[in-house]
Amino acid sequence: MHIAVCIKQVPDTRNVRIDPDTHTLVRQGVESIINPFDLFAVEAALRIKDDTDARVTALTMGPPQAEEALRETLSRGVDEAVLLSDRAFAGSDTWATSTTLAAAVSKLADVDLVICGKQAVDGDTAQVGPEMATLLDIPYATLVRSIEWTSGGDLKVTRQTDEGIEIWRLPLPSLITVLKEVGEPRMPSLRHKMRAKKAQIPVWGADDLGLSPDSVGLCGSYTQVVRVFSPPRRSDRVFIEGSVEEQAEALYRYLKEAKVPGI
Amino acid sequence: MKAIVDRKKCTVCGVCSDACPMGAITVGETRIDISDDCTLCGICVDTCEFGALSLPEVGTGPEEDLGLYSGVWVCAEWRDGSVHRVSHELLSAGRMLADKRSAPLCAVLLGSGLEENLSRELITFGADVVYVVDRPELARFTDEAYANVLVELIRTRKPEILLAGATSTGRSFIPRVAASLRTGLTADCTELDISEDGHLLQTRPAFGGNVMATIICPNRRPQMATVRPRVMRPLVIAGHEGRIENVSVPDECLKSRVEVLEVIPEQDQTARLAEAEVIISGGRGLRKGENFALLQELAGLVGGAVGASRGAVEEGWISPSHQVGQTGRTVAPSLYMAVGIAGAIQHVVGMQGSKFIVAVNKDPQAPIFDVAGCGVVADLFEFLPAFIRKIRQERGETS
Repeated sequence: MHIAVCIKQVPDTRNVRIDPDTHTLVRQGVESIINPFDLFAVEAALRIKDDTDARVTALTMGPPQAEEALRETLSRGVDEAVLLSDRAFAGSDTWATSTTLAAAVSKLADVDLVICGKQAVDGDTAQVGPEMATLLDIPYATLVRSIEWTSGGDLKVTRQTDEGIEIWRLPLPSLITVLKEVGEPRMPSLRHKMRAKKAQIPVWGADDLGLSPDSVGLCGSYTQVVRVFSPPRRSDRVFIEGSVEEQAEALYRYLKEAKVPGI
Repeated sequence: MKAIVDRKKCTVCGVCSDACPMGAITVGETRIDISDDCTLCGICVDTCEFGALSLPEVGTGPEEDLGLYSGVWVCAEWRDGSVHRVSHELLSAGRMLADKRSAPLCAVLLGSGLEENLSRELITFGADVVYVVDRPELARFTDEAYANVLVELIRTRKPEILLAGATSTGRSFIPRVAASLRTGLTADCTELDISEDGHLLQTRPAFGGNVMATIICPNRRPQMATVRPRVMRPLVIAGHEGRIENVSVPDECLKSRVEVLEVIPEQDQTARLAEAEVIISGGRGLRKGENFALLQELAGLVGGAVGASRGAVEEGWISPSHQVGQTGRTVAPSLYMAVGIAGAIQHVVGMQGSKFIVAVNKDPQAPIFDVAGCGVVADLFEFLPAFIRKIRQERGETS
C-alpha cells in the first residue's frame, strides 16, 4: 500500500502578533513549523506502516525552504518526500493548492490513501483535503479520530462531528483528514535522522505536473484577498475585585446584565 | 509571481516592509524591492495608504457569463427534526444580501422524511423559496450524495451566492460542491456584505484570529462561503410569505461510495462544544482530574459544555475531544469561562471569537486576562464554589 501525506509549512502563530500602534503584523522572530495537524497526519500514516508493508510519501507545496519540513517527516520515519515548488505556485488559494497537490498524487500513480491534517493553522480553511479528493474523484472522510480496517480491506474510520461520532466505511483509494486523537506524533529517531539528512528530495514544478502556469498559483485561484486588517480590539475589560463572595456576586450580575444564556 | 509596486505612487515609507509576514520587502534609499519570498498574501496591499501595491489578477476559469446567475441561496441544516440554529442566522444574513441585490432568497433543504414545518420555519426567517429534496438516501449525511444533489440544483438554477454553515457538516461537503462547480469558496466567514458591483465581501479571521481578511471571488459563480455559527443574528420576519418546491434529482446524484455504519450522538451534553452557548474550560490550575467535577457542576447548572486547555488534556484529566485551541476545537460560544488557564496563544486562538470571555486565575499577570472581557483574580477552589452557590441562591435552590 502507498500512502501520501500532505503537509504544510506554516508560520508559528505563537509568534505572530499585531503591533498595537501600526495595527500590522509583527513578523519578528516568526519561524516556520510543520502545521500541527499535519504531524498527526504523518503519525496516522506511520501507524499504518508499523502494522503493514505500507510505503509513505510526504508531499508539500511551498517555497524551496519547505524542504526542511519534508526532511523532518523523513526523520520521523516517512519513506520518501516530494517538494512541489515553482514560482508559478505563489498566491494559491485552496482551489489552486488542491489542483497542484492532486496533480502530484496522480503523478505518484499508485497512491491508495491520502492523509491530510484537519486544517492548517495559518489559514484554518479545512478545504484543501475535500477539494483534492473531488479532483482525484475519490471518496473522503473529514475529522477522522481513529482508523481501522475491515476484513474486506476497506477503511473503517471514526469521525468526530459537532454532534457526536460517526463510523464510516470507505473503499480505497480514498482521502481522510485527521484530528489529534489519531495519536501523539512520534519523535524523530537517530536512524531516520541520518537517512533524512542524506535523502534526495525531488522538486516538481508546474511543468513536471503537467499543469499550465495559468491553472496554478494566483492565476489559477478563484478567490482573492482584497483587504487585510486587525480585528477590533476589546477595550472594555473589567476586573472584579473584593472578597470571593463579592466577586461571585459581581460576576453573576455582570453576566446577568450581559444577558448571557443559561445564567 | 509577486506583488506589484507602482513606483510612481510609492513613497518608500517602509510600512509595507514591517507588515510583510514573509520578510519579502526590502526598503532601499529610493525604492522598495519585493523578493521571491512573496507569497502574494496581500497583507502589504492594504497597509499601503498610497495605493502603490497591488496583486496580479486571479484566474477566471472556464469562460462563462456571470450575468446568468442570480439569487442568494442558503443551504439549510437540520438535526433531529428541527432546523439548525445556524440556518436561521444564514437566512437573516442572506436576506440582507438578497435585498441589496434585489434578488430572491432561497433555502435548500436536503434529507429524508422532512416535515413541512421545517420549510415553513425557513420561510419565517426570510426565505422566498424553499427547495426540498426528500430522498431516503439523504437520511444520513454523506459528503458525496449531499454535494452531488446540491451541485445538480445549482447547475440548473444558477444562484449568484451560496451560504452554508461552518459546521462539521458544512465544512466537510461544501468544498466538494465548490470544487465540482469550479468556483471559489471562503471558509468560516464572520462578516458578509456585498459591493455595488455584486462582489460578495467575505470577511474571515486568519493567522489564528490575529488578522481579518476580506476575500472576493471575482470571476466565478456562485460565490460561496461557509459562515461561522452564532455570529450572525437570526431574525424572524413576521408574516413573510414564501413557497415550497419539491425538487426531484437524477438517481445517480444519490450514489455514495462511503457507507455510514453508525451514528452515535454525544450523550454527555457537557461534551458538545460546537453547540454550547456557554463553555466552562479548565486548565492546569485545576491540579487534578477530579477537580473537573467543579466545572461539570457549573456547566450543568447553566446548560453549558466543559472545555479544557491542552495542558489539562495532556495531564490526562479529561479526554482530547474537550480540548479548545490550536490543535483542538475552535469555539465561539456566548460565554467562555477560562478557569485556571494561563492563556497560551495556542489556547487563545481557539476561543477568542467568543462573545463574553471571563477569566478566573489567581495570577493577575496571566496572559488570559489580555483577552478576557472580565477578569476575576481569585483562587478558583474558593471562587467557583462561591459562584455556584450564588447561582443556586438566585434560583432559590439550596446547595
